[in-house]
Amino acid sequence: MSRLAVPKTYKLYIGGKFPRSESGRVYEVLGASGEFLANAAKASRKDARDAVVAARAAVSGWSKATGYNRGQVLYRIAELLEGRRAQFIEEITLAEGVSSSEAEAQVDEAIDRWIWYAGWADKYVQVAGNANAVSGPYFNISVPEPTGVVAIVAPQTSSLVGFVSAVAPALVAGNTVVVIASEALPLSAISLAEVLATSDVPGGVVNVLTGSPAEMAPWLASHADVNALDLVGAGELDWVQLQIDAAETLKRVFPPESGPDAATPSLARIVGFTETKTVWHTKSLI
Amino acid sequence: MTIDKVVSPASRATEVLGGELTESSLKRYLNGISGVDAVGLEARAADLGSRSIKTTSKAWALDRIISLIDLTTLEGADTPGKVRSLVAKGLTPDAADPTCPRVAAICVYGDMVPAAVEALGASHGLDEVSGGINVAAVATAFPSGRASLAVKLADTADAVAAGADEIDMVIDRGAFLSGRYGQVFDEIVAVKEACRRADGSYAHLKVILETGELNTYDNVRRASWLSILAGGDFIKTSTGKVAPAATLPVTLLMLEVVRDWNRLTGEKIGVKPAGGIRTSKDAIKYLVAVAETAGEEWLQPHLFRFGASSLLNDVLLQRQKLATGHYSGADYVTID
Repeated sequence: MSRLAVPKTYKLYIGGKFPRSESGRVYEVLGASGEFLANAAKASRKDARDAVVAARAAVSGWSKATGYNRGQVLYRIAELLEGRRAQFIEEITLAEGVSSSEAEAQVDEAIDRWIWYAGWADKYVQVAGNANAVSGPYFNISVPEPTGVVAIVAPQTSSLVGFVSAVAPALVAGNTVVVIASEALPLSAISLAEVLATSDVPGGVVNVLTGSPAEMAPWLASHADVNALDLVGAGELDWVQLQIDAAETLKRVFPPESGPDAATPSLARIVGFTETKTVWHTKSLI
Repeated sequence: MTIDKVVSPASRATEVLGGELTESSLKRYLNGISGVDAVGLEARAADLGSRSIKTTSKAWALDRIISLIDLTTLEGADTPGKVRSLVAKGLTPDAADPTCPRVAAICVYGDMVPAAVEALGASHGLDEVSGGINVAAVATAFPSGRASLAVKLADTADAVAAGADEIDMVIDRGAFLSGRYGQVFDEIVAVKEACRRADGSYAHLKVILETGELNTYDNVRRASWLSILAGGDFIKTSTGKVAPAATLPVTLLMLEVVRDWNRLTGEKIGVKPAGGIRTSKDAIKYLVAVAETAGEEWLQPHLFRFGASSLLNDVLLQRQKLATGHYSGADYVTID
């Protein structure tokens, strides 16, 4: 007797929990050859709103953690990803229709990028900060600080590497993120969220939405409690309008990128979502 | 509308109970009140909480919520400066929107009443001036109520003399739970008398049941009747210092008592849920419960209040969302 298949329903990841969409909607995720893979939650603007609330609540804890501690937490995620290689390879093979060695290479790349960014957590301040020379007996020090809540439209043509490349750098500086996963390839993003939920990342630091970026992105772009907007995967959307919406509340914005070099690891992706704080301090008190 | 019928203390009880008012007659009356169907009550509350309130109704509800708020600060660290900033917030909740209504009252500890009265200046008094705000003071050894009657009365009289329009008193839960209803009754009567001003008028008396300490719905129902019989103008759920504070089922139960009292005597008693109501969504559920239980007439500051502090900011965020069409954030309201 053949066994009935038990397909998984992939849910959202908001505030450390895995809720369904408040709208109750799901959509079918299809494999490269058009076969049914799984149902994923189709998030609404209200799920995006809830995700921002969760992300905002997590800002104080995550941004106040020491860079060293954040580095440890992020490195631990890479360790857990390593233990789940087989699952990610299978998901990517089915979703993208690539060979398993190609999928393996993608997973390797994602883990390596994650580790590369984890290493920056206690180092980027030294590189991006500065002791400024001033004409007086003062220390004048500039340090980058996280900007707050970052909304991300993840690259749409990549299962895992694109997602990791957009999320990791925002986390390094101490930001919390609300990320809209690839609409067609959302499964690895939610599997990664399951890794995050069992790691040391506090709930709310990463919030993953699946569904239509065109539906949710405008609400995040105009949301007054979102501090920055990464449009790396928004090339197919009306991203100029999204930038205009974001300008209303003075958000920092990354433009869309496409092609194999999209969201290549760089220090700029870390520093881009920070604000510089400059302090003066007397050199001596007489 | 002004509720100006002066209820002389204990007169309600003598009318309703008939005969001589004694500890045993009071006990017999309260113990004769039928028990509460807890499952039915909670199911009804959950049902009322599931209504969908959208667009124009929501805009109306948000404005109404603001005008029903007793903006509260009850911290040991309160200062006159904190009270002044609270008053400023109560008078101008949203500085970017002059159409935003004002709150109903500022609720403070007794020693902060002069600071609140001074900060309000010409805007003092919900009934006296258009756009006015009342000053409410918690009294009677709030929040525990553990002090002698003389101290409680002095506490009350002091706040009234300083200009408080409303007194939030706590009942003696220890006495109530050990069945000494007469003692609780007499205390409320005495405090009501202490609310009397020099000109013969009374400060409005809100009686805090502290439902989180009463343990059962039956006790809440009895305490509500007891408070009303003793002359309370409002019954209030909680001090906000004990968890659980206000819940929808408890508030619904108290609204039912108020409705029954209205049917029995024609009098209108107010209800004030306090503590734990932080979101507009929750507050709207309370409005629905009020309208469906006591009646829409109760949706006015003389008959219904929210005791809250953080609720106001959430309502303002929702108002801004309705006005601008995009979500607002905590950076766009004041930090309290």
